[in-house]
Amino acid sequence: MDEIKNGLSEVVCDILVIGGGTAGPMAAYKAKRHSPGARVVLLEKANVKRSGAIAMGMDGLNNAVIPGYATPEQYTKEITIANDGICDQAPVYKYASRCFEIIQELDGFGIKFQKNENGDFDVKKVHHLGSYVLPMPNGDTVKKALYRQLRREKVLISNRYMATRLLTGRDGRIAGAIAVNTRSAEFLVLRAKTVILCAGAAGRLGLPQSGYLWGTYENATNSGDGYAMAYHAGAALANLECYQINPLIKDYNGPACAYVAGPFGAYTTNSEGNRFIECDYWSGQMMQEFYNELQSGKGPVFLKLNHLHSDTIGKIEAVLHQVERPSRGRFHENRGTNYRERMIEMHISEIGFCSGHSASGVYVDEFARTTVPGLYAAGDMASVPHNYMLGAFTNGAVAGEHAAEVAANIDLADYDAADVIREQQRVLAVTRREDGIPPNQLEYKTRRFVNDYLQPPKVTAKMKLGQARFAEIREDMESAMVVRDAHELMRSLEAASILDCAEMAAFASLFRTESRWGLYHHRVEYPEKNDDDWFCHSILRKRDGRMTAEKRPVAPYIVPIDESERSAYDRQRIRQHA
Amino acid sequence: MPIAHTPTAVPVVVDEAKCIADKGCTVCVDVCPLDVLRISDLTGKAYMKYDECWYCMPCETDCPTGAVTVNIPYLLR
Repeated sequence: MDEIKNGLSEVVCDILVIGGGTAGPMAAYKAKRHSPGARVVLLEKANVKRSGAIAMGMDGLNNAVIPGYATPEQYTKEITIANDGICDQAPVYKYASRCFEIIQELDGFGIKFQKNENGDFDVKKVHHLGSYVLPMPNGDTVKKALYRQLRREKVLISNRYMATRLLTGRDGRIAGAIAVNTRSAEFLVLRAKTVILCAGAAGRLGLPQSGYLWGTYENATNSGDGYAMAYHAGAALANLECYQINPLIKDYNGPACAYVAGPFGAYTTNSEGNRFIECDYWSGQMMQEFYNELQSGKGPVFLKLNHLHSDTIGKIEAVLHQVERPSRGRFHENRGTNYRERMIEMHISEIGFCSGHSASGVYVDEFARTTVPGLYAAGDMASVPHNYMLGAFTNGAVAGEHAAEVAANIDLADYDAADVIREQQRVLAVTRREDGIPPNQLEYKTRRFVNDYLQPPKVTAKMKLGQARFAEIREDMESAMVVRDAHELMRSLEAASILDCAEMAAFASLFRTESRWGLYHHRVEYPEKNDDDWFCHSILRKRDGRMTAEKRPVAPYIVPIDESERSAYDRQRIRQHA
Repeated sequence: MPIAHTPTAVPVVVDEAKCIADKGCTVCVDVCPLDVLRISDLTGKAYMKYDECWYCMPCETDCPTGAVTVNIPYLLR
């Protein structure tokens, strides 16, 4: 294993799904249900059984719109306000209208959602305005349940293949993708009528405070490959300057987690044990207050549970130590932290792109279509804001159905064979050198400069220096990066995706000359929100080989927002501490 | 530039007495999202080849004999 081999084969399918985490399996499943005769390929860099953000399951739904508790209109309004107004509401409304049907479908797969003594869904309030949080008692079984459905529907699963570039036809339509085996370096050309990108967040962008490259909030496999592939295919990417930054357990870099512990009575405090924010829901405005408190004399910040009954804490531990990030119990044990006795020290995460929690993603409409014909995106990498796991499932379903419908009525696009040869040369260049710089060093340096120069508060001169450093790293990457086996080859490709994302983060952040989304885009020289000039999306894309940015109007709202409601998320700080 | 090896204490530990990789089991290698585990040619047992761990635990959870333990990487501990 891992020895570099020569090889190139071609596979033809109708619908290609790239990424087998959350959105991808649902997209593949729905495509196959829509067109049972179609060939649906699900490509995954790891193994679909245990891949992506929910490799170990999930403790609950953060954004369930359940009749009787919330309406699609309310939810659309909440997310529009939480995202500072920069929101095309159609995809959010579509999600909100369909997610209950997806919950019922997941329930049918054997994934259970918590019910109260009356048999109704036990929905909790965590957001600023409405109630959308629903615990999942057997959330550790999510991946297994999905995998069973994929096998039953005969979706063709290709594990350990990493897509490196998308192929487009002469007419601009999507034609498929090129992939490389992560254990043998053999190439696969996948021709497809439609392609759905579900490659997750760019979670390996900033460097965690621990300095450990793999100690990220996101599954460290999520290195932004989808963002990079979409960019190189010419797709539009939206609001990348709206970074993902989360409040996490310091050093462990996992959620603490306010959504699980909050409904039981836990809350965020400063070192004096006092609350300083009104609402623990992860918004940029909340993160700004969190950052301010960290920097103040009242820092650091803690999650407080030690006022709760021991049995209540036992219930919280039963969830937190079993699902999503179960090793957190071991982390606390090593430091002798018992939730009953001590508050948990918190910190802010490294920066990343992830629409699952913020809004930085490949631009999509309400059918999950990108701006490249035949190319779709769903999940953390698509631009539907704050869409979390249920958004990945629901928008994955939307993408799968639409892509299957389109594929049923078109032929394969032709691709240029020279594109494949060029891509093989690009990928394999690092294997031809005897000597040079290994991918982990190039990655470390890129990510350290991301922290030094791109992290908010954002400063123009720093970001420009960052760009200059990234350009130097790119030269090193192209002239001197070296790998010794197929595994390191995968890491070299990831390092390239990370560098692409770092350049996009700097470019997008420099473009928007205002502050918005709280900490996510806090520009020191432009401290105010400027609706006159910047009530719009920023769109980044590659044109004629160069990175470009432009404004795109926010689509007229479907659900109107009153003037008095617009600033609800700006009022996060508890008054007596202001 | 010549390449050197820097030692690291790896977080994933395999109990070789319990590991049945020599009987053909590859579960931990298959399920690792970061693909950092391998079967040793020397011992026939699973081991952590690459120090690139997200301490996510499928390897430990899915191991049929309870041979795998995931520790928190030292830098985070």
